[in-house]
Amino acid sequence: MSQTTTPVTSTVVLKSWKAPIAFGIFTVVSFVIFILLNTGASTNFRLSTESDFIQLPAIDLPALGTGIFVTALLFAMTVLSFFFSNKGKSSPIWMISAFGFFFMVGFLTWAGADGSILIPGLLLGTVGLSIPLIFGALGGIISERVGVINIAIEGQLLAGAFVSAMVATLTGSPYLGLVSAMVAGMLVSFVLATFSVKYLVDQVIVGVVLNVLVLGLTSFLYSQVLSKNTAVLNSPPRFDRIDIPVLSQIPIIGPVLFRQTLIVYLMYIIVAVVAYALFKTKWGLRLRSVGEHPMAADTVGINVAATRFWNVALAGAIAGIGGAYFTLGSVGAFQKEMTAGAGFIALAAVIFGRWDPIRATLAALLFGFASNLQNVLSIIGSPVPSEFMLMLPYVVTIFAVAGFVGRVRGPAAAGKPYTKS
Amino acid sequence: MSKKTPDALDTATTEIAPPSRWNIALKEMLGGSVVISILSVLSALVVGAILIAVTDPGVHKAVGYFAARPTSTFQAIWDSIFGAYSSLFQGSVYNFRRPEFATGIKPLTETLTFATPLIVAGLGVALAFRVGLFNIGGRGQMLIAAACAGYVGFTWQLPPVIHLIVAVLAGIIGGALWAGIVGVLKARTGAHEVIVTIMLNYIAFYLVSWMLRTQGFLQAPGSNNPKTAPILETAVMPKLLGPSYNLNTGFLLVIALTIFVAWLLSRSSLGFQFRAVGENPNAARFAGIRVDRMYIYAMLFSGGLIAVAGVIQVLGVVPAGFSSGIDAGIGFDAITVALLGRAKPWGVFFAGILFGAFKAGGFAMQAAEGIPIDIVLVVQSLIVLFIAAPPLIRALFRLPVPAGEPKPVSLRRPRVKAVTR
Amino acid sequence: MKLELRNITKRFGQLTANDHISLVAKPGKIHALVGENGAGKSTLMNVLFGLYQADEGEILLDDVVQQFSGPGDAMAAGIGMVHQHFMLIPVFTVAENVMLGHEQTTRGGRLDIEAARQLVLDVSSRFGFDIDPDALVGDLPVGVQQRVEIIKALARDAQVLIFDEPTAVLTPQETDELMVIMKQLRDSGTAIIFITHKLREVREVADEITVIRLGKVVGEASPTATNTELAEMMVGRAVQLKVDKGPAKLGADALVVESLTVLDPTGMAVVNDVSFTIRAGEIVCIAGVQGNGQTELTEAIMGLAHHVSGSISLDGESLVGKSVRHILDAGVGFVPEDRTEDGLVGSFTIAENLMLDRSHGAPFVRAGALQLKTLTEFATETSKEFDVRSQGITSKASQLSGGNQQKIVLARELSRDLKLFVAAQPTRGIDVGSIEFVHKRIVQTRDSGIPVLVVSSELDEVVALADRIAVMYRGRIVGIVPADTPRAVLGLMMAGEVPAGVAA
Repeated sequence: MSQTTTPVTSTVVLKSWKAPIAFGIFTVVSFVIFILLNTGASTNFRLSTESDFIQLPAIDLPALGTGIFVTALLFAMTVLSFFFSNKGKSSPIWMISAFGFFFMVGFLTWAGADGSILIPGLLLGTVGLSIPLIFGALGGIISERVGVINIAIEGQLLAGAFVSAMVATLTGSPYLGLVSAMVAGMLVSFVLATFSVKYLVDQVIVGVVLNVLVLGLTSFLYSQVLSKNTAVLNSPPRFDRIDIPVLSQIPIIGPVLFRQTLIVYLMYIIVAVVAYALFKTKWGLRLRSVGEHPMAADTVGINVAATRFWNVALAGAIAGIGGAYFTLGSVGAFQKEMTAGAGFIALAAVIFGRWDPIRATLAALLFGFASNLQNVLSIIGSPVPSEFMLMLPYVVTIFAVAGFVGRVRGPAAAGKPYTKS
Repeated sequence: MSKKTPDALDTATTEIAPPSRWNIALKEMLGGSVVISILSVLSALVVGAILIAVTDPGVHKAVGYFAARPTSTFQAIWDSIFGAYSSLFQGSVYNFRRPEFATGIKPLTETLTFATPLIVAGLGVALAFRVGLFNIGGRGQMLIAAACAGYVGFTWQLPPVIHLIVAVLAGIIGGALWAGIVGVLKARTGAHEVIVTIMLNYIAFYLVSWMLRTQGFLQAPGSNNPKTAPILETAVMPKLLGPSYNLNTGFLLVIALTIFVAWLLSRSSLGFQFRAVGENPNAARFAGIRVDRMYIYAMLFSGGLIAVAGVIQVLGVVPAGFSSGIDAGIGFDAITVALLGRAKPWGVFFAGILFGAFKAGGFAMQAAEGIPIDIVLVVQSLIVLFIAAPPLIRALFRLPVPAGEPKPVSLRRPRVKAVTR
Repeated sequence: MKLELRNITKRFGQLTANDHISLVAKPGKIHALVGENGAGKSTLMNVLFGLYQADEGEILLDDVVQQFSGPGDAMAAGIGMVHQHFMLIPVFTVAENVMLGHEQTTRGGRLDIEAARQLVLDVSSRFGFDIDPDALVGDLPVGVQQRVEIIKALARDAQVLIFDEPTAVLTPQETDELMVIMKQLRDSGTAIIFITHKLREVREVADEITVIRLGKVVGEASPTATNTELAEMMVGRAVQLKVDKGPAKLGADALVVESLTVLDPTGMAVVNDVSFTIRAGEIVCIAGVQGNGQTELTEAIMGLAHHVSGSISLDGESLVGKSVRHILDAGVGFVPEDRTEDGLVGSFTIAENLMLDRSHGAPFVRAGALQLKTLTEFATETSKEFDVRSQGITSKASQLSGGNQQKIVLARELSRDLKLFVAAQPTRGIDVGSIEFVHKRIVQTRDSGIPVLVVSSELDEVVALADRIAVMYRGRIVGIVPADTPRAVLGLMMAGEVPAGVAA
């Protein structure tokens, strides 16, 4: 005679209050700054440039009114978020996006009070600054998804920028420059992969040292060779802007997204391909399996070392394109340390985007927006010191890794060398 | 594959005489870290030499008539390398072109001057390493320390000695707290210290940049430049060997700190707990060691040590006022110093002196031979890469592999020999 | 398909893990490979599966010599393996795990998830499994994950199937189900190699038995052999599963645990309303299949767990919410279940490991400084007393054998003044000599009047050591029974059933 205890698996819901608390803080900030500290009368938003196909009228937003409206809206969303958390649910993504958007409207109205903000310019600059970040972030994602932490994005960007400037100048072809940038990024990756996969050296150490190495090499060669022969070696031709018919005539976003250089269009394709391939193809499945549980991948016949090596190389090639954008897309000639930490912002985008190509691209755009906003505001003379705008990506990333913006979990085996015995 | 019977195997092993003690000692030395370190430095210098020769204009010219006079090409190569490295040596150890000893030895004191902040920052990175933390935040910690020490140094009016001590302490506290943020985030939320320190570097940079251009914070009164006022006489670190040498009393402080860190790690209760956490955080936690607190303490100590480097820069090296470049790359160099010194206090001390010599000599080389100082970065990072991968160096120099060393991972599947029966 | 191993030899440096091992697995037969922990069973299977390369010997399938340069080759040849530690990717779905390594794709290189899903359903239906191909593996219970491993092997038409210690993580009930599946596979013509050290299971399903010890084949046995005969072959001498111990001299209630509940990070109650009492001078063993909350229970007592509610008191002092340091200082000795991960710092010396949990005060620390002389004396003396065999007290812990490592942990804990001793899986993976030593010291500790809590998933150990046995199942204590309770009853309790007459 026996009785069976019913297998009880009682689950207690652990509530997370991070989102509502963060919302609350921003709402208070919004109340203080946009309402209490509001001095301006109105802000002028221009939505079109003269060259646009369709001209939109400029909008005037009353400063105080907008501040009150935005704060009330944010407050409502905070309350809603508390409500969600109390029921053990997380706040939906649309609400977080809407919160961000309205906060930004409030911020722009306040910061640009009594001035005029050109929205297409703001967005165009954003895309420009984001391109290398997006390529760098994609390189970071592929590398980390396969299990190799990529601190060397900065080095890959810099190497790409240097080599593409030189090759494009020598051959007169920006296309060859672009290809050579991919090769350069791949070479940096080869070192990273060789040391971390073959020699089992700590991946973070290799990454950090590689950045120093590439910085040293490019700076040395720049001073010693390039700067002495600028005309022959460091005057790369740039890619022309290409108008995509019809699409480039869409108001506001048309010129921003579809009146761009080849590299930008390449970015659209690569982001889409990586986002698709990572989750829907054999390549992606194997790559992720190696980054999550290399032993399991090995037991089904996947060569872990080779998978890591070649995908890290691929990651370097993609990051290299981002490097080429500095010389062939935006600035022109190569300059010492010209990537100026973009690789680290790309790394931040990888983490903030939770190792997902689309999210990371959006994160890169957000960071690009923040640094471009700083440019714009410093021109119209905003009350916020530009340094604080420039800090934003880094602060946001710290909040992200500290878990204030949802749970951040990287590939399980990233950073761990794989050996069998 | 041999098919020995168990008996044959037994006799085979008993017949071989045990290797002599000398043989073992020699093997250990060759396979061991000292030889690897020396060979790594040599290999890096060789690569540096190749770079110098390849980019040397004299060599380029000689190659132009290589067919006619091949020897002059080799002569040019030799000249470029010898010229570079002899000026490196004369700029860092002893200048033979000076008649008397007092001026001839000046380069060595320059080496020690450059080594001073490198050593102490290296100690900070090394200490964090021993606790299992990778502190890449040296730059930010130095900047914050410099800002704190500098502010006390040029605004407060205090008696001599006391003023210096207060300024040094202010810097240490500032740097320690800045690093402490990382420790707290790591301990409380599990945020990865590598990411957080990288991000804090930029935040510190922009923060200090902003303070440097803001009256009332760091900007020299009445000035428009982003630069501080000179440090008051009472807070400047005195020169150690009289006014004709740059070596300051910071060097003595650094020697004392090396002794202290050595004691702390090997002989103190805190150091024991640090090492336990660094080697096996789980076992440490199970043994009642507060792992999270150790992370915080370790970051405080690490940041405090790195802060001393910033303080020495401000109060000792450039007391005439500083700008945002005050860290001079030391925060990153410190990582290579700590790695070369294998995270052992005296190892770091000598690694710091070596890299100090590279810096001092690098400037001399730049002045005398026109070779950009960036070559030093290349050599430094190569040294660290080589040291991190002993199998690479062993393969290059055909050294014996010590027992128990993990073999490099092959990218290909091992080829299985055909078994014949 | 017939699988034959001939003279397989595998060395790791000095250690010969497999020494000329030969065995034959025939289709339609279950071949049990038995031996103690560390006898070399898993190494052999990793060689067979192509994960390791053999230094000598050969592998034959249907009398053809095979050359496996990796698991892919082994699988292509028709060998499948159900690993002890599941080779599944937790963030992938069942279908993705099953297809990994031999993916089918449709147009544009797109993964053919539908085909994989169908494959999972097909194989499942053959064995009556109920598995959702779209479930994330990490969300599945352990027993179901194992079935995914089996499906993974069968989906590749494995003719030879290796089960590596498959029952370690299963309840007796799940074990029985696995046995049925194995018999079913055998009857369909698969050759099965079943690696285990649990003799009862061997006798239930095995058709042939090979025993290995210290890397060598020591003999073959028939399924009719008795437990004692098999055990003797495994350890090389008559085994004494009984521990010499007199009757317990019980004192007052010492450790009192009441309504203890521990939540895991997802909010699941891994220890669920557990209450028990241990008196001074008594050994209480917690029996149960691994993963039923035992680990979390000991961690809660030690202050290592988060989200703990209920009460734990030792001699009247409450331990809930106290720090690990406080609990250790209060006189609780603890042997964690994973000694290399949690019990020792591998790169530390024996001496350093012996002071690991007294790193903050007397006798080894004075005024913040280590007292190295005191430590040296203590370490020399203690390692002699606990029979730690090494080159000296400056040897690194990682260089020692499992048994010697465990003796260090034991020495460290028992050399303190204890009020409670908690030992989790105290003899897992150590040699027989060390097991006897550990058991002797545990009984000695009890006899000196200290309450002892032993957690073990080895029923033999539980029965040998315990004065009372508490059985855990899914976070609850199913019942607390006397040490002479029949195994059959304990087995039922381990599956969550409460026999009549047992107070839950």
